[in-house]
Amino acid sequence: MTHNLILRIISKILIPLIILFALYVQFHGDFGPGGGFQAGVILSAAIILYAMIFGLETAERVVPPSLLRVLASVGVLLYAGVGVVSIMMGGNYLDYSVLSADPVAGQHLGVLLVELRVGIAVFSVMLLIFFTFAGRARP
Amino acid sequence: MIDVIINVTLLAFLAVTAVAIARMRDLFAITMLFGMFSFLSAGLFIVMDAVDVAFTEAAVGAGVSTTLMLATLALTKDHDEKTPVVHRPWYPLVIVILTGSALVYGTWDIPAFGSGAAPAHTHVAPEYLSRSIPDTGIQNVVTSVLASYRGFDTLGEVTVVFTAGIAVLILIGGRRRSGRQNPEEGESHDA
Repeated sequence: MTHNLILRIISKILIPLIILFALYVQFHGDFGPGGGFQAGVILSAAIILYAMIFGLETAERVVPPSLLRVLASVGVLLYAGVGVVSIMMGGNYLDYSVLSADPVAGQHLGVLLVELRVGIAVFSVMLLIFFTFAGRARP
Repeated sequence: MIDVIINVTLLAFLAVTAVAIARMRDLFAITMLFGMFSFLSAGLFIVMDAVDVAFTEAAVGAGVSTTLMLATLALTKDHDEKTPVVHRPWYPLVIVILTGSALVYGTWDIPAFGSGAAPAHTHVAPEYLSRSIPDTGIQNVVTSVLASYRGFDTLGEVTVVFTAGIAVLILIGGRRRSGRQNPEEGESHDA
């Protein structure tokens, strides 16, 4: 697989585009289809493609599994943290209206933050599961 | 009219794929067909204007889960499903026909597709649709429902994903290191 020239070249062209598309889906979820969950899956698909073409060790150097473990927990923790912040600012749990002086802007900010955390958590968990499965196939 | 043709075509392909999956014994081909099944479902969701769901189905169902099944196949040695013991087909056939007719009977009470009088469209949906932009300024109501109105549900979903990752790590994450420390034990496992 590592010597397959066509696959290597095509994936080298495709992977940046896939990552760019993942970012678009992440930050354009307010206006079009998509959001954190889809963006996380697409971003992890880009790294999975990289791992399939260039080898698992190379991919694990790009995104170390130890970092993924931290990121997965941080994503969930910060999501719950948004709720705690909104309690401390005088609202209900996960009520984003109090995050900013203007309730609409606060909602917008809250949704953006929450989607970002969903994206981080989903990306790291999906990639972690893939690395774990693929890592077991190693001799 | 064009919707009907696309729906019928996609559903026919879905049925063909499902029957092929049930009849095949080669697990690699079955995995590929599962990916096709997910893509066809995504197509159906798009026809029903559920683009967010279609997006997720295409990315997770056709993309990541196919890869994970292939990774699992790479770990297993036997790539053919065991041929089942042949039973007489009448008993299962009767059960399938009965269940199928019960389900078809159930669809008679389902409101027509897109009907405004459907219970789903008369409960909280109109409120979300009318309040999303004044409340949050977000055009895509799916996003505002998912992240804001039902943010607590989504927190639960993310926790489920996180728990799945932890479960995989606990079940098969640590074996590689112990296998490296005791090579004899690893060999006896393979034998």
